[in-house]
Amino acid sequence: MKKMEIPFSENLGHGHLACAGCGAGVSMRLTLKALGEKTVMVFPASCWSIVPGFWPYSSFRIPVVHAGFVTGGATASGIRAALDVRGDHETLVAVWAGDGGTFDIGLQALSGAAERNEDFLYICNDNEGYMNTGTQRSSATPLFAWTTTTPVTRPKENPKKDIMAIMADHHIPYAATATIAYPEDLLRKIEKAKRIRGTRFIHLLSPCPPGWKIPSELTIKISRLAVRSRIFPLYEIENGISYTLQEESHVVPVKEYLKLQGRFSHLAESEMEVVQKNVERDWERLLKKAEA
Amino acid sequence: MKKVITGNQAVAYGVILSRVDVISAYPITPQTTIVEELSELIASGRLNTRFLKVESEHSAMAALIGASTGGVRCFTATSSHGLAYMHEMLHWASGARLPIVLVNVNRALGPGWNIWSDQSDSLSQRDTGWVQLYCENNQEVLDTILQAYRIAELVKLPVMVVLDAYVLSHTSEPVEIPTIEEVDSFLPPYCPQYPIDTQEPMAFSVITTPEYFLEFRYKIQKAMEQVPEVAKKVDDEFRSRFGRGYGSIERYGRGDAEILLMTSGTVASTSRIVIQKLIGKGVSVAGIKIKRFRPFPSKEIYEEIKGARKLAVIDRNLSAGVGGIFAQELRASLYSREERPEVFGFISGLGGRDITPELIEKAVQYTWEHPRPEEEILWLGLKK
Repeated sequence: MKKMEIPFSENLGHGHLACAGCGAGVSMRLTLKALGEKTVMVFPASCWSIVPGFWPYSSFRIPVVHAGFVTGGATASGIRAALDVRGDHETLVAVWAGDGGTFDIGLQALSGAAERNEDFLYICNDNEGYMNTGTQRSSATPLFAWTTTTPVTRPKENPKKDIMAIMADHHIPYAATATIAYPEDLLRKIEKAKRIRGTRFIHLLSPCPPGWKIPSELTIKISRLAVRSRIFPLYEIENGISYTLQEESHVVPVKEYLKLQGRFSHLAESEMEVVQKNVERDWERLLKKAEA
Repeated sequence: MKKVITGNQAVAYGVILSRVDVISAYPITPQTTIVEELSELIASGRLNTRFLKVESEHSAMAALIGASTGGVRCFTATSSHGLAYMHEMLHWASGARLPIVLVNVNRALGPGWNIWSDQSDSLSQRDTGWVQLYCENNQEVLDTILQAYRIAELVKLPVMVVLDAYVLSHTSEPVEIPTIEEVDSFLPPYCPQYPIDTQEPMAFSVITTPEYFLEFRYKIQKAMEQVPEVAKKVDDEFRSRFGRGYGSIERYGRGDAEILLMTSGTVASTSRIVIQKLIGKGVSVAGIKIKRFRPFPSKEIYEEIKGARKLAVIDRNLSAGVGGIFAQELRASLYSREERPEVFGFISGLGGRDITPELIEKAVQYTWEHPRPEEEILWLGLKK
């Protein structure tokens, strides 16, 4: 077995307030290891408005700037501009936004910043819903999923928005998907993104035990099944056109992924088949893009 | 050097002379010529400033919040719907104690679409924790921007500089433009107390529980309470260096007047002529121009109104359900005072309709002839 090479440095300290089994807590720890100390992190409203700690405490060993819900792309643009004016071109500006702050309310500011090719790394911590406010649906919530605003009697009627395609069509230098089940892949992508200038986007799938109705010890397993079932494939897009897939050789039916999660427990076989078909269709599309 | 320039060009000169580091703005009529002028200056290399041409006013203010937290001097300009769209971030800028300067070119909010002068846009933002300074002419626009940065950086609150659409923004007047050296000696470089620093990592705008939130807001109020004194010092120094000063209010006309006419912006300018004329006709009247709306200059006004019997206020704005906002603030500021002259609240010129000398004269005449107003809101020039 290959030994994992993960930096020892820790920039997430004690006392953070993430839930037990929070996928994002693990993601953040790994991300901060890869980003290093010369980083400023911007938090538009999300769980991470709370997780780092209440005033006057912070569990972060790098500067963090909390920002309005809508403003990830814009706030980061301004911080970058200020650092540049001060002659600091080295410090990395990173945004850590939820799926609500990225797919929904923050999309305009992100799109504006991406069109200007602002020099920052934007990480979308996607837990597929408004989890901080108690699990309401977002445009990142998957088809048929239960949330408190899509009850089982009328679960989510629309498929998840394809944020990667949207970002790719901004022709930003780098976009990639990642999850904590593949920590080396995640670290490699962040390291790679760090070396590129311009707008870089990482779509990070982060299982949320209370919101997905999963036991806290299944976070990593479910992250892995998301990739193996191809509902969340791992890939990179350079300059909006060049696709590279990190293919999983071990492929499983999407049912394996869905059946572990309470938010899908109401799904009929026929609905699972619809999800399977969608996954296959999207995978074919992705393959075509990668081959082009 | 004297130049004949528009109000919006005066804004651009103010920005150049203040050595702004980061501009972020989104175009909206009638602010547009400000961002156009600044873009030309940057493109030609005459202005070394980062200009973030963002996709909305909300992002314009958010970007400046980021930049100002980063420790540099920031500027934006907007109008009307643009300012309304910024509303959330206006609260954020003051809550984060960032000395951002914003120029708002007063314009009505739709519907119906209206691009003309009306103070309802800036006055709707009166509770956002921003200092608000209103300008009467293009010289005052330029000078006020220079003063605004001094005040903002001293009290750690954002400042809004306000000018009338078209009457100033697109009208040319001679303006004395100080040299950059003169301004440098008045406005030192911005030295932020806590800029973002990876050597000394801090968390900014952190979630604050009920245990502390009240105290943070108390400190903002205390900073606001410093503004009258700080602004006076800044204005006095400005006057000694440049020979021009404005005060928070300005009184003109008879010293013993029975009627005081209160106006702001360019209406103050028109009122000067009307008051002169009426004094000639034997009316006991004087004018008070209100430059600083927030914090409201209650004390300064009270000092000036002692002995007056009636106060006429012309508001080019409307808070539907209450009336004019200047009148409302004035009434509130007088309530606890011993002398409480009758307040006549006039509304006129909404959506850019001219507030003519005739209308102003009518307002004074009405106030002169009536012991107290017949209506709570007196509409000037209303078509029936």
